[in-house]
Amino acid sequence: MSLTVSDLTVARGGAPVLEGVSFTLPDGAALVLRGPNGSGKTTLLRTIAGLQMPLEGTIEGAEDRIAYAGHLDGLKPTLTVAENLSFWASVFGAHDGIDAAVEAFNLKGLTTRAAGALSAGQKRRLGLARLLVTSMPVWVLDEPTVSLDQSSVALFADAVRAHLAGGGLALIATHIDLGLEGEVLDVTPFRARPRIDPVFEMDLS
Amino acid sequence: MRALLLRDLRLAMRAGGGFGLGLAFFLIVTVLVPLSVGPRTQLLAEIAPGILWLGALLACLLSLDRLLALDWEDGSLDLLATSPLPLEMVLGVKALAHWLTTGLPLVLAAPVLGVLLSLPGAGYGWLVLSLAVGTPALSVIGMFGAALTVGLKRGGLLLSLLVLPLYVPTLIFGAETARRGAVGMEAETAFLMLAGITLGAVALLPFAAAAVLRVNLR
Repeated sequence: MSLTVSDLTVARGGAPVLEGVSFTLPDGAALVLRGPNGSGKTTLLRTIAGLQMPLEGTIEGAEDRIAYAGHLDGLKPTLTVAENLSFWASVFGAHDGIDAAVEAFNLKGLTTRAAGALSAGQKRRLGLARLLVTSMPVWVLDEPTVSLDQSSVALFADAVRAHLAGGGLALIATHIDLGLEGEVLDVTPFRARPRIDPVFEMDLS
Repeated sequence: MRALLLRDLRLAMRAGGGFGLGLAFFLIVTVLVPLSVGPRTQLLAEIAPGILWLGALLACLLSLDRLLALDWEDGSLDLLATSPLPLEMVLGVKALAHWLTTGLPLVLAAPVLGVLLSLPGAGYGWLVLSLAVGTPALSVIGMFGAALTVGLKRGGLLLSLLVLPLYVPTLIFGAETARRGAVGMEAETAFLMLAGITLGAVALLPFAAAAVLRVNLR
């Protein structure tokens, strides 16, 4: 099932940030979001992930199929790498695939280490490995490559390619070129026009 | 769901989890009261049920600001909210984990500390029963307050102010049950009121907390 976003207006703190965003993402496709800082990529992704309501427009094919990865990895520092992964696996109702995820992000020697003792890049790798164990078809990723080194970025790109080859979808906001053969959507043209608050307008009359 | 419960219990037990915090506070309050009141056994026996209930309530209050704040800070709450688990259930299970790590130890410690306050012999059964039935309400009401204040820096004070009035009915009927039990009066009516408050809170507040949290995550 594809992901369809039609005529979406998203707001941050009540003020519209992007408006009229429409796209359809078929199975096995990736869409890379681009735009300068503060252009609304994160707000758009959080809205599609269901963390906030759209002001206008509809999102189809996202509910309960999403694995979201934001700026924070959702890791508990006192749990080990393996415990963190198996927790998220069971939350998403999946139980196998932990070994494969550990393998894919080169975390093999770290499974018994507490997540708090990992470096920033290792934490990020663990946070991304979480995507694999969720076995959700739609990946919504906000700046996934922050603090990753080049070889880890390559591992991540491989994981996304494998996900797409398996019929999954990926929506990625990033500033670097991952070498994916996906569409690129620049969000800048969708920037919302300033609106007059209807309540404020009434006050004037 | 079981995984979430086990994770929260594990986190509470590990270093920095704050498992002993409430219990230690409860211990300190009840040990210090006889010292500050002086060697007046009769007076102590009269106020013992109230002191034990107040100590348990404040110990519970102390641990509330960690309830959702830690999960919010590291992004787990966003991820849980986007997971297929219903948010109502997530918060219900987290409240249960909070009760198991905070409320239950208080229930178990209360009779031992009752001795320090020379609680009359007839009161022990009612004290344990009232705490066992009343403390789950403290955890779910606390969860509601935590959902209201999640995301606020230093929200602990606001959380206490919001939650304290909601704790009052539980405190009144809980302490009244224990007091009536201790002096040998009929305690059933107060106990049933307490049980009613707990059942109502457990049934309704996870939904209220989830609704509030959805607004707060935006």
